[in-house]
Amino acid sequence: MERIEVLKTYKIFIGGQFPRTESGRYYPLKLKNNMTVNVSLSSRKDFRNSVIAARGAFSGWSARAAFNRGQILYRIAEMLEGRKEQFLEELKQLGYTASSAKKEIEQSIDRLVYYAGWCDKYQQLFSAVNPVASSHFNFSVPEPMGVVAIMADESTALLGLVSVIAPCIAGGNTCIVLASESKPTCAITFAEVIATSDVPGGVVNIVTGNRKELHAHFSSHMDVNAIINCNSEKDFNKTIGENASLNVKRVFTWNKNWADENEQGPYYITDLQEIKTTWHPIENIGVSGIKY
Amino acid sequence: MAYDFKNSPVIDQVGIEERVARFNTRSIKKGSKVQALKLALNMIDLTTLEGKDTEGKVRQMCYKAIHPHIAMPGLPSTAAVCVYPTMVKTAKDALKGSSVKVASVSTAFPSGNSTMQIKLLDTKFALDNGADEIDMVISRGEFLKGNYNFVFDEIASIKELCKKYDTRLKVIFETGEISTLDNVRRASDIAIYAGADFIKTSTGKIGVAATMPVTLVMLDAIKDYYFKTGIMVGMKPAGGISAAKGALQYLVMLHETLGNAWLDNKWFRFGASSLANDLILQLEKEVRGVYFSKDYISVD
Repeated sequence: MERIEVLKTYKIFIGGQFPRTESGRYYPLKLKNNMTVNVSLSSRKDFRNSVIAARGAFSGWSARAAFNRGQILYRIAEMLEGRKEQFLEELKQLGYTASSAKKEIEQSIDRLVYYAGWCDKYQQLFSAVNPVASSHFNFSVPEPMGVVAIMADESTALLGLVSVIAPCIAGGNTCIVLASESKPTCAITFAEVIATSDVPGGVVNIVTGNRKELHAHFSSHMDVNAIINCNSEKDFNKTIGENASLNVKRVFTWNKNWADENEQGPYYITDLQEIKTTWHPIENIGVSGIKY
Repeated sequence: MAYDFKNSPVIDQVGIEERVARFNTRSIKKGSKVQALKLALNMIDLTTLEGKDTEGKVRQMCYKAIHPHIAMPGLPSTAAVCVYPTMVKTAKDALKGSSVKVASVSTAFPSGNSTMQIKLLDTKFALDNGADEIDMVISRGEFLKGNYNFVFDEIASIKELCKKYDTRLKVIFETGEISTLDNVRRASDIAIYAGADFIKTSTGKIGVAATMPVTLVMLDAIKDYYFKTGIMVGMKPAGGISAAKGALQYLVMLHETLGNAWLDNKWFRFGASSLANDLILQLEKEVRGVYFSKDYISVD
């Protein structure tokens, strides 16, 4: 008897779990092998639930030792490497050629390793002990912003997603990512990778759906601290900017060619950091011999 | 009034759970939602019952009880604050001139394992310090042994004391410890016949706190007593209710079981601490049209 293949239901990823969208809606996505995937069409309530999960995960994630965050990012890379074949197949179904799929997945893995290395290093580079004209020991350190809403690159299935999530969580933030609308399947499989990489639930949340519908909600939620749009829709960016002013979110438009090796670096991490400066009273400078 | 508590009705657990599931499907939106959120806020007994309580913390909580969220004009205050007897005086002073009442736990809260003499002294201390309401616990050990008369008598003695001070009495069953719904119903009957003004689910000190099925059983006991005698008894679920959505479901259940007369903080209370902030979060959402953040609400 011929065996019927068991196909995966693509759901969304919130708080470390894989629920269906609360709205019950979906949109059909035709693959190259003529199969159709019903992709969750997430609603503002899915986004709200994601923000609650991300906020809940923030204190734990940002308090982790930086080195431990690096280990976990490296672990994501390991898991991704192990599931390379699955991603290659999935990318091809989304229209990638065999060679472009291979390149995309390898670059994604390398990018994760790259940011894994940065986890416990950017603090030293971007911190400072500041000279001040009073008897204070004065120093500045970067601290994660909090919850970051991300609308991922539309043109890539995996690399654009990874290139934004990695620096975001490397810096101790938690995030909600809206996957590419036309290439969402890989993002959900990537969520399975995250779920098995010791990343605490809620640190990364991935939803699928429509940017036109969701960008206003992504930018207006008062419990979101920064928003990144990786696409260049002018009118969306206008709305995002206006809504972001409600609670003075940081707004970034990262419309990049992520395949370019130059589109990675510590500044992607520090963009999502706030600098905290501490004034610590000390004895008189001259007396104590401190030279700052 | 003669009543054999061994003959309390037995409870159909599956039926109760199905009925609760139906309450949870009601959809409350827009204007009704705002009204319900404000009502829920107005029904809260803002509670701090920790070993580490200080006068400062109690004063801060009292301020929050009067002004739950300064940034939003027109919000009601909470119904009461709920504290240990030693904090009653502090709370009473802090709440002077407001409508917020002071409820004090007593009778060797939370275990209730002490002598009757100490329980009476404990209650008297709270009353002398000006408590408006007393939240007593029953002796769960005696109840589980089947010593219902003991439980009845201890409630009646505390009630007698409260009567002298014209103070309302809430009786806590700690439903997580008396376990079954049959027991919950029986404890409700005992407390109501012994003179409780309010019956209350839990201390909030053990893992299992207020649940909707338990509350529904208690509401039914109140309903039966009301039909028999015409006397209203209040209900207070306490512990574990921290989300606005859950609170609204309790209100739906209350409305559909006991009706409009009970939709008032004279007859229904939530024993909670973090619920207030979630209600404020949802109220802000209704007003602003965008989801709000706890960054803009006081933590305690």
